[in-house]
Parts: sequence; C-alpha cells; structure tokens
Amino acid sequence: MTAKKRILVKGAEAIALGALKADVDCYFGYPITPQSDIPELMARELPKRGKVFLQAESELAAINMVLGAAATGKRAMTTSSSPGISLMGEAFSYIAALELPAVVVNVMRGGPGLGGIEVSQGDYFQAVKGGGHGDYHLLVLAPCNAQEQYEFTARAFELAEKYRNPVMVLSDAILAQMKEPLELKKLKIKRYSVEEWALTGAKGRPSRFIRSLFLDAEELKEKNLTLQKKYKKMEKEARAEFIIEGGEEVIVVAFGSMARLAKEACEILKQKGYAVGMIRPITLFPFPKKAIEKVLEASAERPPVFIVPELNCGQMVEDVKLCVEGRAKVISLPYPPSVIPFPEDLEKEIKKCLKSSSIRQRA
Amino acid sequence: MPEKFFHPPKSLKDTPFHYCPGCSHSIAHRVLCEVIDELGIQEKALGIASIGCSCFLYFYIDVDIVEAPHGRACAAATGAKRANPDMVVFTYQGDGDFGAIGWGESFHAALRGEKITAIMMNNTLYGMTGGQASPTTIPEQKTTTTPFGKDPSESGYPLRAAEILAGLEGVAFSGRFALNNPKRILETKKAIKKAFLAQIKGLGFGFVEILSACPINWKMDPISALKRVDELTQVFPLGTFKDEVKEGQP
Repeated sequence: MTAKKRILVKGAEAIALGALKADVDCYFGYPITPQSDIPELMARELPKRGKVFLQAESELAAINMVLGAAATGKRAMTTSSSPGISLMGEAFSYIAALELPAVVVNVMRGGPGLGGIEVSQGDYFQAVKGGGHGDYHLLVLAPCNAQEQYEFTARAFELAEKYRNPVMVLSDAILAQMKEPLELKKLKIKRYSVEEWALTGAKGRPSRFIRSLFLDAEELKEKNLTLQKKYKKMEKEARAEFIIEGGEEVIVVAFGSMARLAKEACEILKQKGYAVGMIRPITLFPFPKKAIEKVLEASAERPPVFIVPELNCGQMVEDVKLCVEGRAKVISLPYPPSVIPFPEDLEKEIKKCLKSSSIRQRA
Repeated sequence: MPEKFFHPPKSLKDTPFHYCPGCSHSIAHRVLCEVIDELGIQEKALGIASIGCSCFLYFYIDVDIVEAPHGRACAAATGAKRANPDMVVFTYQGDGDFGAIGWGESFHAALRGEKITAIMMNNTLYGMTGGQASPTTIPEQKTTTTPFGKDPSESGYPLRAAEILAGLEGVAFSGRFALNNPKRILETKKAIKKAFLAQIKGLGFGFVEILSACPINWKMDPISALKRVDELTQVFPLGTFKDEVKEGQP
C-alpha cells in the first residue's frame, strides 16, 4: 500500500485550498485575525488562475461584492472572523432573501465586542439563528480539522448552488491556526446550472430582476413561506458523527474544536468504565435532530444524560434541549473564551456532572 | 404609413411610473434608457437598484437588475463587474444611499477606479422615508429632522459628491447636472453617456450627480420645485468636473 500524499498546512490554508478546489471565481475580503492567511493565500493564487481577488474597504463592502458577483451566477466567497461577520449580517439576510448562492467562512474568535483572538464558539447563535434580520437561515457546516475545512469549504459551493442559499463554514481560531496534515483529495463538486436565474445580461431572453422588496403583504408572506419550504428541504443535509455503541448512560454532544477535546475525554472515561457515547453535529443548521432522536428511541426506558461542552457560555445546548424535548436530562458545560481545557480537565468536569446525575463507573 | 421617428426608448418598460407628480426620477429613467439604447448595451447591462424611491428601478428599466442593501450598490456593482468585465454595470442611487450610509462603498469604488457607472439623484433629503435631512441638505433647509432649518455647525455641511470624486485618480468622469429644463435634460443625457463610456472604454469610474426635484417633501407644487432646483445650483454648481472620455476614441 502506498502512503497517501499529505501536506502540512494551517487550517486557514486548507479553507483556501478547498475553495480553489471548488474553482471559486471571486474572493472578496478584509483583513482580520485569525483568518488573514486565507485572503493572503487567495491574493497569491487567484490572479494566477485568471480569477478575481479583491481586498475590500470593509467587511460590509466585501459581502456586498459577493452579493453582486453571486447575482451573475459566479462562485463567490468571503471569509472573516467574528466582529467582521457581525458587519455582514445585513447582507446575509439580503443574500438569503434574494436566493443567491454564496460561501462565507467565519473563523470564530473570542467576543463579545472586540473580544480577543483566542478560540471561541461564541458565534453559534449568530450562525444558526441567522445573524441578520427576518426569518432566514444560512446552511452551516462545522468542520473539526484541516481535512474537513478543506472538504467542507469545497462542498459549501455545491450546497450554496443547490439551494441558492448562503452557506457558512464555521471554523475557529484553533482550527484555522493549527497546522495539520491535509490530503488534497480529489473532490467531486457538482456545479448546478445558473442559467435559469443568473443576471448575465438580457441577451436572447427577457430581462430579469432579483429583489427582496415586497410591499404587497400577501406577496411577502408567500416569499417567506417559499423560503421556509426550502429550509425544510435542507433538513436532508443534516449530518452528524455518531460514536455510539448502544447502552450509553452519557452522550456528549460537541462540535468543532471542542469535539476534538470531547472525543479524547470520552476515550478516557470509557477506559475508566463509564458508558459514554458522543454525537458530533457536522451541520449546525440544519441541526442533526435525528441523531439525538435515534439515541432517545433506543433508550426509551432509561434515557442517557446529554452533556454539551462548548467554547462559549452555552449556546448549542439550547438546540439539544429543543431536540430532547424534556425526555432526558441535558447539562451545559460552558467554557467562555479563555484558555481551553485539556481533555483531562474536560473528563473531570464530565465526571462531576455524572456524580450529580448519580451515574457511576461500571464494575 | 408615415415613418415613426419618435418613440419611447426600447429599454424603458411600458409601465406607469409610481413616482410623485413633478419628481425627477421618471425623466432620469427615460434619459438613462435612451443612453442604454444608443450605446446598444441593453443585452449586457446589469443595473444595481438601491434603497429609496428608486428601489423599483426593475419595474421600469428593461435590463437585468439586482437590488443591493441600503448604500451598498457600488460594492455590489464592483463584485458584479470584477466577475464579469464584459458586462456594463451601473448603480442608480439617491443622495442618502450614495452619500450617507453608502459613502464608504461609493468613495472606495471610485478610489479604486472601478469600471462602473454610478448615478446619484440629489434631492437634498430622504424622499422615500418622508423628507428627513441628508448630507446634501443645504444650510437653513427645513426637513422633518431639521425642523428649525439645518444648522451646518450642528448637522454638517452639504456634501458635494461630484467635486470630491473628480479629485480621485480612479474617476474618469464626474459632474453635476439637472433636469429642470430641456437643455439641462440633454446635458444630463450627454453626461450619462460619458459616464457609461468611461466604463466601456475601461477608463475608470463614471459618476453623474443629478439635482432632482422632490415637490412632495419640499412641500411645493411641481413648477415651484423646478424653480428651487435653480436655487440649489448656488450650493451645488452644475458642470463637468472631470472628463477623461474623449469622443470618437475607440
């Protein structure tokens, strides 16, 4: 067996390489730590390929440049980090309402305000609940290593075109700044036809317009219902990693870099005789409800305790509770932006939760 | 059958305008469409509609049009044009959209010399929201948010966009025009054409500011509103402030 060729790259570079793999047409961005490696790589690579790189004067401008390019059917993206993503909220809402495909990467850093540049998952709500105004959703992917950042970023373009909806790849400071091996896999990224809607000039067809203004109340209601139907359809994209053998008394639910830590903590706990399983949501919107439902169905008699460690003050735990609907105990394990825990620290904290829930080691 | 020598522009849709009586938008739309026809760019044009009374640009102008968030038209136009250098991309904005909330995007697009054309209708206030003060509101002008008359030391001085942009290397055409008499309408048309040629010839950013009447929010009848446009020229002088577009150049 020949060893697979791998390169050592930062997660941020893996994101850029994923976008290049998907043949991104245009990148618009504005510098912000800890994601500036992405525009820097794009600035070197895109012009060589005859593609567009442009450093905008602000994140506001960058996302609206994406809007303009996307309206013409081109593969357009931007990347930023938490405060910059907040600035883009208005345009996310517009792009979702205009039903344009676009890819956005958020390399999360500590907040609120200017916060810090350490790792955080503090933008979970902002990502999955919208971030801008009105009833809309981004499709949100949560990678947990360089390989996934590469693959998910590439896949994001396909999903964006499939649903004509903005897709967000939710990375963080650790995932983007850590160097890891990356296999530059051949990826089959489907390109959906944009002929039906793209604004490429009214040649040989009537002119088109794409709008989000509907002053007629009925029209606006219809627009909203159409969008909701689409979000319902997106539910089939829900994905989760499932590390469950059956008979677990504890299920840890964690995403992104916290999932990496939680996986190790679970291993330690298993070795110590605890019946621990784990669910790692890969899509955050749509949230993988079925994964949680599956566990609850298999353990109707004695449901497990769900423990949700997050690098924030407790956000995803609310979605877990929505899925559990009171059928099991759900415990939040918040880690506000600071020094992240070692797996051993996490293991101790999980054990404390177990003690309070009267769950013991098996003999 | 006698030959038909006068007809509405091909790129102007046969739809009644929703604009108030005496508003300059309808004339500006028509003039813009005449230019689109004369340059033969209807099939490769992309309009960026903005937020304000002219949101519904797409109901009247028969080219591909997308709507941008308030103030972001020049950024959206930048994205579209960079992605499609062969398209002809223009924005149509008000003074609030272009010069207040969107000044950052407008100014930087001009500074970069984006090959786009921007039209700014300057009626010295926010029309759609009911007549609030904008950066182009002139000293002593009463608006709903300057009820005692605009005091520049409090609310700022009038923004002279065409003069400011003319000072930027990236700008190939910049000027201020008006639509309150036939001669000026023809001059405006000529200017819009040049602002498009600036883009088509790859020279840079083309900008046309148009003093525009807003009888409803000025609380005037249409005729008096046209006269007020004359008065406005004291603060906003008409003219071409930069022109690098040479006629006849390929």
